[in-house]
Amino acid sequence: MGRPCAVVGIGQTDYRKRLDVSLDGLVRIAALDALADAELTFADIDAVVIGKAPDALEGVIMPELSLCDALGAVGKPIHRVHTAGSVGASTAISAAVLVESGRYDTVLTVTYEKQSEGNATWALSGGKSGGQGAGGTFAPWIREYIRRSEAPDHIGWMVAVKDRQNALRNPHAHLHIDDISIEKVRESPMLWDPLHFLESCPSSDGAAAMVLTSADRVSLSPHPPAWVLGHAKRTEFSSFPGRDTVRPQAGVECAEALYREVGITDPRRQIDCAELYVPFSWYEPMWLEGHLIADVGEGWKMTDEGATALDGDFPVNCSGGVLSSNPIGASGMIRCLEAANQVRGTAGDYQVDGARLALGHAYGGAAQYYAMWIVSADLEPDLG
Amino acid sequence: MAAPDDIAIIGVAQTPAHDCYDNTEPTLLMAVVNQLLSEAGLERSDVDFTIAGSCDYLSGMPFAFVANVDGVGAWPPVYESHVEMDGAWALFEAWLRLQLGDIDIALVLGSGKSSPTDSRQVFPLQGDPYFTAPLGFDPVSYAGIQARALIEADLATEADFAAVVARSLADGATNPNALRGDPNANAAALLAEPHLSAPLRHHDVSPKADGAAGVLIARGERARQLCADPVWIRGIDHRIESHHPGLRDLVDAPSVRLAADRLDLAAGALDVAELHVTHSHEETILRRVLGLADTTAVNPSGGPLCGDPVMATGLIRVIEVAQRIADGSAGRGLAHASSGAALQQNLLCVLEGDS
Repeated sequence: MGRPCAVVGIGQTDYRKRLDVSLDGLVRIAALDALADAELTFADIDAVVIGKAPDALEGVIMPELSLCDALGAVGKPIHRVHTAGSVGASTAISAAVLVESGRYDTVLTVTYEKQSEGNATWALSGGKSGGQGAGGTFAPWIREYIRRSEAPDHIGWMVAVKDRQNALRNPHAHLHIDDISIEKVRESPMLWDPLHFLESCPSSDGAAAMVLTSADRVSLSPHPPAWVLGHAKRTEFSSFPGRDTVRPQAGVECAEALYREVGITDPRRQIDCAELYVPFSWYEPMWLEGHLIADVGEGWKMTDEGATALDGDFPVNCSGGVLSSNPIGASGMIRCLEAANQVRGTAGDYQVDGARLALGHAYGGAAQYYAMWIVSADLEPDLG
Repeated sequence: MAAPDDIAIIGVAQTPAHDCYDNTEPTLLMAVVNQLLSEAGLERSDVDFTIAGSCDYLSGMPFAFVANVDGVGAWPPVYESHVEMDGAWALFEAWLRLQLGDIDIALVLGSGKSSPTDSRQVFPLQGDPYFTAPLGFDPVSYAGIQARALIEADLATEADFAAVVARSLADGATNPNALRGDPNANAAALLAEPHLSAPLRHHDVSPKADGAAGVLIARGERARQLCADPVWIRGIDHRIESHHPGLRDLVDAPSVRLAADRLDLAAGALDVAELHVTHSHEETILRRVLGLADTTAVNPSGGPLCGDPVMATGLIRVIEVAQRIADGSAGRGLAHASSGAALQQNLLCVLEGDS
């Protein structure tokens, strides 16, 4: 689609509570980090694409207006995306479209959330106090997944442990729980049955950024590019009679569209690793099935067999995932840029050996918004 | 002539600007979507990409935009996105998206209900949260300072502002979608009214409204198949200026000048310009920076001063220009949209007919 586009710079803040910086400081740290990685400056940037979850999370309306100075965007286009929890990945895709359209050569894209300056559960409950929060929305659907698939209870605990163990290898991760264990997860307080406290994502601060550029400019940046081979988005209604909330049709169709575009026919074999948006442990097996990586009822077996571990045949969330860091508006972009890290060979201690093709994914709203992309070390990979 | 891959507006729709619409935002959107599809002879499934612009803060509810999907239609699932910006910016992204060449038809929407909101109380939250927002620096106060700067620089008088309002109100009286209009509007009478945010008066400020607007755009041959009089998008560019009032020259609009240069606006005459003027003095600034000739009809719809359905207002500027090109009364036109206080962020869209 359009002309080729590649990730040539990646920037991230640490995702712990950041009382030491303003919103401006937070996004600027990530932006400068991405520019340094690309060995470019703000002067090389043609447009900025910014995304975050609802403005009410920090109480700043249209924050692109007040962050444009910190992002070097004065005199340039700055474009603002908001698609609920999927926004980080949607923003990456919108930025890619700017490049692919041929109208903008080099684009800086930045997403963030600063949960310490607001109350996410209030906002996630539609601006009402005493709401059920996101976990309260998803727990019944998770119970239905368990009922349908007959998955054993320990699957959720395993995901929670695996992602936190991966996070110990990622210096940016919010949670570094050295003594994480099945017992520790199981004994943590029950929040929304079957989800324990340690099966839930944290409330994080942080910003993530990427520099995307066109093929003719890739050589201006010295580190290996991650080619954006394809992207897809799908949306469906939040509720209607007969809606499958366990395996939403929009998620299935989003994956189908993405795989079709890239030429993927056997995702488990052809994709080397994935960063899936898993804010609650059970969403790992649910998305493995919901995005056609595993057959229906088989996703939890991949988790159980260790296939999704760092040394498994389909590693998922090697960075520690949303379960270890959740600056909401940035979380989807982190999935996209960690997929890029893997194929660039820049994933540090959580690098998957030989990763050439990786999937980044996010979902949002009532599991109704989907945004996914596939990046590769090769512009024309051998998918055999 | 249009190139094969050029993108055209093939349908437009807008609701009236309501003072207080007593139903939901999704119902406003549904009316627009249904009108667009039926007039184009399309089914929902014929639309390849949908993108909407709205603002959660207008209804005071995080994720308010999610409910809008109910009015837009999303079953079976759709390829869709959302900007927390005026619908004109949604058009910008849709226009870029179609240029990738793999899809042909996009639906672009903008909507908002301002009636639940006291915008002067809420919109100070557009300021950065550490320095300006705590001051309660609202857009109308900001506009008053900008208008004052124009007068102090001898670039305008209060009579100029009143003349803009009088002309707009007279034009608004002919626009069935306008919230207000007055065929007998008289600048001298307007000047006799008291100040609201000196030197601006109540009538110098756009009346916030509830409303929705949408356009269908299509690529190349598909546009010609679907529409007898496609309106070609010759270019869209948008730029932002510093957030800090002290770093801006308030009597100038360098972001507008940059966008106009990039679009080569001066390369031809403009028959019509619809400008996102929410405070009358902004027309003075925009006319000067854009170098508009006397032959260019400015805001013949009455403009936002006759009805300002926030988040749709910019997209309606595009619609008003496109309609005049489609009906042959204009050949080349400019639509302008703005965001932020005192023209901080500006989008320009150049439209042309076939001839």
